[in-house]
Amino acid sequence: MLTVRGLCKQYGGTEVVRGLDLNVRRGECFGLLGPNGAGKTTTLRLLLGLIAPDAGSIELAGIEVPKHAREARMKIGVVPQMDNLDPDFSVRENLFAYGRYFGMSRSAIAARVPMLLDFSGLASKADAQIAQLSGGMKRRLTLARALVHDPDILFLDEPTTGLDPQARHLIWQGLRRLIAAGKTIVLTTHFMDEAERLTDRLAILDHGRVVVEGAPRSLIESHIEPAVVEVFGEGLAEWTQQHAPKLCQRFETVGETLFCYTGSADTVIEALKNAPSLRYLHRPSNLEDVFLKLTGRDLRD
Amino acid sequence: MIEFLRLPRLSWRFIPVWHRNYLVWKKLAIPAILGNLADPMLYMLGLGYGLGSLLPDVGGMPYITFLAAGTVAYSTMNAATFEVLYSSFSRMHVQRTWDAILNAPLTLDDVMMGELTWAVSKSLLSGLAILAVIWGLGLFGNFWMTLWIIPVVALVGFCFGGLGLVMNAVSPSYDFFLYYFTLVITPMVLLCGVFFPVSQLPDFMQAVSAWLPLTHAIDLARPLVVGTVPDHIALHVAALIAYGSLGYVVALELTRRRLLK
Repeated sequence: MLTVRGLCKQYGGTEVVRGLDLNVRRGECFGLLGPNGAGKTTTLRLLLGLIAPDAGSIELAGIEVPKHAREARMKIGVVPQMDNLDPDFSVRENLFAYGRYFGMSRSAIAARVPMLLDFSGLASKADAQIAQLSGGMKRRLTLARALVHDPDILFLDEPTTGLDPQARHLIWQGLRRLIAAGKTIVLTTHFMDEAERLTDRLAILDHGRVVVEGAPRSLIESHIEPAVVEVFGEGLAEWTQQHAPKLCQRFETVGETLFCYTGSADTVIEALKNAPSLRYLHRPSNLEDVFLKLTGRDLRD
Repeated sequence: MIEFLRLPRLSWRFIPVWHRNYLVWKKLAIPAILGNLADPMLYMLGLGYGLGSLLPDVGGMPYITFLAAGTVAYSTMNAATFEVLYSSFSRMHVQRTWDAILNAPLTLDDVMMGELTWAVSKSLLSGLAILAVIWGLGLFGNFWMTLWIIPVVALVGFCFGGLGLVMNAVSPSYDFFLYYFTLVITPMVLLCGVFFPVSQLPDFMQAVSAWLPLTHAIDLARPLVVGTVPDHIALHVAALIAYGSLGYVVALELTRRRLLK
């Protein structure tokens, strides 16, 4: 559905995207993860044909981008990072206005609007102004708007950033329905639980390149020991020095927390019973551990 | 440089952009019309009759007629300028409406052509309102000749719409537009023969005036109000088209840099 080969883009001498390869299959939910400045947003803009790459090729639903970007965008729905609903229009009018940009007739849009309102749970808000909507409602409307022309593939740039947990679950529910309906989805996110929950496969980007690609579970299994014990409290430094090398397969101290990666958490927990000043948290390893291992813990601004 | 001044790649998809602006305008049409048109009309009627009663014929016609012809061009210029500065800036920068549209199969060329044609539409409305007053007060020489003012008004809207889009492209905020008004629009109003004939100005100011687009607009509009055929029609038309087109092409590239880099 989407094939990207050797994509490069530089701005003023800085290479933002450096030889990116991606392959997204039809009907798949694909995640693009990466720290700030990894090149996610630039990659999305390249895929949409909004900017031209310096090198490399993009083929979207069999259409060459950016050469035939207009045709390609007929098949793409976009949910941008920042809400840009039309504040001068009501909910329903937003859908109509957006449909017209795709060259749809009034009757063709009218035929889809009830379904879109229903999908986004906004049927009772059809005539509300945008300013009256909550953050979650705006996001759902943006998602519905992206579907007005019934695209084959959907691009979502951080679809749940800034939403409360209830609103996030509603968006996830909507996305799962779309996946079930056979849509192809490409999403960027900072939330590892979101990526783990939704995506079939994902790529972690850093410095404009794919660092690793695969299904979330298999990435966790192949890169991280099965269990993590996070240890913190008084006397952590001495304890780490004495016990960590023996007990953990791999360990890392970040700030005031020791991350102990291990196959058998029980022995670590047993040892911790002799250090009552220390507290700990035992959990299975997750995608965030993979992400931090591969992209480092430095703050990216 | 060649890249910079490339020809726009246009498609008919600019029409939904125009349509969007029309629908929004329609919601508030009555107050918008009154707000936009009251100002030039009050100036025209107040100065035209008040000041005009003290004056002999100006440029070979009663002052109210002289001023009415200037006001057609001047209010048209203002209508287009306000539209592409404040309103387009809101849509581009504040509301991010352009960003949303660009994710559909439209290019920036289309979006800005939609804005420009919308500015022309607003100009037409503004020009027609002044023209209606001219008709109503019988300030014209030949009715059929005044109909030519309608395409002239569209041309003036195109010219100032294109120029204004350049300011829209480079402006960091609304405040910046004040410079455009004090440095470009106000001098234009004073130098191009809206309120008094350009021939009253010192030579060097007349030389400057000859290059300003509003002069070309007024040189077309005033004879048409009086009922004579304007001199140098091709020159004036070409100047207005040239200013507008150059403005649009430069604005397009500057906006591309602003939004997509």
